Amino acid sequence: MENLLEFFSFADPNIRYVTLGSVLLCSSAAIVGCFIFLKKKALVGDAVAHSVLPGVCLAFIIAENKNPVLLVAGAFLTGWISLVAIDYITAKSKIKEDTAIGLILSVFFGIGILMLTWIQGSGIAAQSGLDHFLFGKAASLIGQDLIVFGTVSIILLAVVFLLFKELTLISFDGAFAQSIGFPVRGLELILTTLTVLAVVTGIQAIGVVLMAAILVTPAAAAKFWTDKLKVMIILAACFGAVSGVTGAYISYIAPSMPTGPWIVMIISIIALVSFFFAPKKGIVNRLIEKRRIQNQITEENILKLLFNIGEADEDYFKARTIKDIIQRRPFHVSVLKSGLSRLKNQGFLEKENGYWKFTEAGKTKGQRMVKLHRLWELYLTEYLKIAPDHVHEDAETIEHIITPELEKRLEEKLQYPKLDPHKSEIPYNN
Amino acid sequence: MVHQVEDAVLEIHDLTVTYNKKPVLWDIDLTLPKGSIIGIIGPNGAGKSTLIKSIMGLVPNSSGYIKVFDKELNKVRNKVSYVPQKESVDWDFPASVLDVVLMGRYSKLGLFKRPRKADREVALDCIRKVGMEQFLNRQISQLSGGQQQRVFIARALAQEADIYFMDEPFAGVDAATERAIITMLREMTEKGKTVIVIHHDLQSASEYFNWIVLLNMRLVASGPTALTLTPELLQETYGGKLTLLAEVGNLMEKGEFPTRDKR
Ligand SMILES: Nc1ncnc2c1ncn2[C@@H]1O[C@H](COP(=O)(O)OP(=O)(O)OP(=O)(O)O)[C@@H](O)[C@H]1O
Ligand SMILES: [Mg+2]
Repeated sequence: MENLLEFFSFADPNIRYVTLGSVLLCSSAAIVGCFIFLKKKALVGDAVAHSVLPGVCLAFIIAENKNPVLLVAGAFLTGWISLVAIDYITAKSKIKEDTAIGLILSVFFGIGILMLTWIQGSGIAAQSGLDHFLFGKAASLIGQDLIVFGTVSIILLAVVFLLFKELTLISFDGAFAQSIGFPVRGLELILTTLTVLAVVTGIQAIGVVLMAAILVTPAAAAKFWTDKLKVMIILAACFGAVSGVTGAYISYIAPSMPTGPWIVMIISIIALVSFFFAPKKGIVNRLIEKRRIQNQITEENILKLLFNIGEADEDYFKARTIKDIIQRRPFHVSVLKSGLSRLKNQGFLEKENGYWKFTEAGKTKGQRMVKLHRLWELYLTEYLKIAPDHVHEDAETIEHIITPELEKRLEEKLQYPKLDPHKSEIPYNN
Repeated sequence: MVHQVEDAVLEIHDLTVTYNKKPVLWDIDLTLPKGSIIGIIGPNGAGKSTLIKSIMGLVPNSSGYIKVFDKELNKVRNKVSYVPQKESVDWDFPASVLDVVLMGRYSKLGLFKRPRKADREVALDCIRKVGMEQFLNRQISQLSGGQQQRVFIARALAQEADIYFMDEPFAGVDAATERAIITMLREMTEKGKTVIVIHHDLQSASEYFNWIVLLNMRLVASGPTALTLTPELLQETYGGKLTLLAEVGNLMEKGEFPTRDKR
């Protein structure tokens, strides 16, 4: 708790820098990731992330220390080579793209690990901390490192801002972009470069193994919340930022803990929450909505049925048992019971020692349902020329959907008819 | 039965297109007149889409050349509009109807610039022309297939081009809308624009188009509708005679034969 307060007071300048750096690089990677995600190139991002490792090691072997500029250059180099290799294999051989990606990823990463092992055995002085490039350490994001990685992030943001329209178009419809004379190849090249750079920014704080997750997971999560590209990008950036802050915090309270897995865990939680709880597209909300409609249908069916029984007995307010109801229509008992008690809570029914009866409001609502059912049956037979013995099923669903406005139009169109196609009286309110 | 015209808006000279060495279009030689509405007709796999794609420079041609307005395509791109087959994009993309139609303005805008108010007005107008105004802000995956097709037509109209290439623009579009759009396209041709449409319905073709191109891997006919939509030529297009070409094509795909090389 103390740690938490201390961290979030941002009194220590180091904490400020580390947090700023993490937020910047996570959100810029997430923004670039949106386009990678929409172009369905997520796997490519993963391949690049793993392929920068040999470059990082190479830079270290040459410089014999962790010079960030050289690291970025090395990472950029092998990241790029991996992409060219994937394209080449896909174009020139019968190997499919996903196989080529898998191949390149494992070959490059394997070489990287070999080099890493060699460096660790070689006793080059400044090697301590090189293994952070596997799983990341946000706390080391200070001084020159911060400047270098931060600058790359800002370049990323600037390019996306400048080329927003162009990147959007090639992600949606490349052929059209080419047909209007946009330099599609050049733009794809830029997007590829952005992908590599986004990966490169994360090598220190997140590590190569998990960097791809920071690239595309925020985009995937954001897509659940919105249908607008700009909103999606902003959301992805925010999700990235949140996981970045968390990473910085973890790195602060537990310096020996690798940061990458924590950052990825946070972003995965955000993605899971989006998957389950996003309005409209999240599955929990879809289930709730489905449940709500089912309940509504059950309730309205009960009221309708009670009205029908009352019609037959010419006594709408007589108390009925569950058995009476089930006799007329085979409800599932548990469904019926819960429906009845909901109706009681809503004030449409009353319960007296095991008997159920209408309140005034309940009768009115039941009457409306019966009316809608019969009006719709009449509409189907009169206007759509459907045989009277075929209209019942249809009316069973439509009666739950009709709004008061439609109800009024229906009544006017049919001119307040007295009888439905089965010669039952249509019950009006007054 | 290939009619050549003077002053052609589109000239295709000895065009051959191959996919992995397998030719799908053989020696197409074709000129099309200005200000007409032209139907390209042929069976599935005849190479109709391929023809349009190669005109648009989207697939490389093995031999021959194409001129639009007597120039190379790259010099006149902003006068040319292309409607791809609807299946060529992922409609789950986070964009609204208006967003997509605005893309039609990008050729006029060029790189870096954002759409201006005038571009929005043009886009709105085009959306109205295809009868989609009540779906302006609807996300494109929530449209029916025919509505998506209309969005693509609106995007092409927003380009304000002089020549339009449309790959099956009426697939899934209802008859009334199709007719309304054809009427509008015809009005455009009266103002000197040229519209080229890949079409599958022979019945309506004679009514819609004043020039017909019959295609089945090779050019069967090209000319005024009355002279080309004849039973004999249709039989030649849709009949089984061309299996020979297809078989040779397959052989070329398998073997290491040198396809005619680039220019
Ligand atoms: N990308 C591709 N790679 C290899 N072969 C292709 C490719 N695209 C098309 N083909 C082949 O080229 C031939 C012509 O295809 P095309 O799409 O041009 O036909 P189409 O006339 O447009 O047919 P449809 O009426 O079905 O749209 C077909 O035999 C098809 O299998
Ligand atoms: Mg086609």
